[in-house]
Amino acid sequence: MNILISNVSDKPLYQQIKEQIKDAILKGELAEGVLLPSIRNFANDLQVSVLTIRRVYDELEQEGFIASQAGRGTFVSAGNIELLRDSKRHLVEIQLQEAIHNAKLFGISKDELNAMMDILYEEEETK
Amino acid sequence: MNNVLEVSGLNKSYGTFQLKDVNFTLPENCITGFIGINGAGKTTTIKSILGLVPKDSGTVKAFGKDMGKYEREIKNRIGIVLDEGAFYEELTMSEMKSIVAPAYSRWNENEYRSCMERFDLNPQQKISTLSKGMRMKFSLVLALSHEADLLIMDEPTSGLDPLIRNQFMNILLEFMKKEGKSVFFSTHITSDLDKVADMIILINDGQIVFEEEKDALLDTYKIVKGNPQELFDKTRKLFLSIQETEYSFTGITKNAVEIKSACKNILTEKPAIEDIMLGFIGGK
Repeated sequence: MNILISNVSDKPLYQQIKEQIKDAILKGELAEGVLLPSIRNFANDLQVSVLTIRRVYDELEQEGFIASQAGRGTFVSAGNIELLRDSKRHLVEIQLQEAIHNAKLFGISKDELNAMMDILYEEEETK
Repeated sequence: MNNVLEVSGLNKSYGTFQLKDVNFTLPENCITGFIGINGAGKTTTIKSILGLVPKDSGTVKAFGKDMGKYEREIKNRIGIVLDEGAFYEELTMSEMKSIVAPAYSRWNENEYRSCMERFDLNPQQKISTLSKGMRMKFSLVLALSHEADLLIMDEPTSGLDPLIRNQFMNILLEFMKKEGKSVFFSTHITSDLDKVADMIILINDGQIVFEEEKDALLDTYKIVKGNPQELFDKTRKLFLSIQETEYSFTGITKNAVEIKSACKNILTEKPAIEDIMLGFIGGK
């Protein structure tokens, strides 16, 4: 896992770190059950305060990405991650269903809809 | 999070100088930097906490216990490094150690030996021949060898070169890796803290100005530079302090967003702790 901290970003430090850990977990770079560094070691390595790392861990735990076990450390808890991935997928499905529903309503064909999707997808990628 | 030290309502007059109602707490597992200019009250605060000078009023609790009542028990768990190391000049470091060691119940001879080796100190060298950096390192060895849970240090880095200061910071970070350790040290060299501190306490003119998480402090305040023609009284008030020349202004603020919307051409930068300290005590 790579963590890059920007000094020019407007985002607070804890948020920068949190988002990068979250990305690494969602992308599978940090697999289920992986032991995360201790708060102090992580803080020393990133040259940030232990209070910042504690906040990152607390929030990630609340969101179900990691779990801490007293005396053993903090682990990636992937049980929830599958759910999270699924729920994200589910969210997109709902939005697509809505789009399809509207398309049918306005008489837009499946091919047209696919073409629209291709164009919009490309546009989003080049942004 | 537990507090290892709680100072409340501390007052102390020293001639014309006064500590006025000093309150702060040190969280466990943190390095807390105590900053302020010379004469702000850092040393007086530390000496009052340790009972080296009598305080006029106030209470100091360490590890949840009253410092006055449980002084011996508490001091056994505190490692102290003072600016003027209280050593007998004529002794060797090894002899000095033999005087200090019996005072502590948790003295660890192995730790002492390995620290001396790590810091490149020769136990047979006379204290009078030590350089300033070596004295500080020797004080630190003694503090680390009795397995202290809290290190309290007064200006440990003043007068040391950047290389030794860097070594010192790494020793602190190493010390902090053990669970339940805390550090409190005063310094006017705030760059020492940019890298290692978790909490920052600023004292000025005998009063605590703020007690903040370091990263939150650095996230909150910004240096803003811009065009002096765009400065009006309303925007001026959004700054903690501001310096103007004919060509530009530079100020420190926690209202960067508002200022951005009020002025067209501005640059924002991340401050160092020193910028924030000067912003607070330097005035407008």
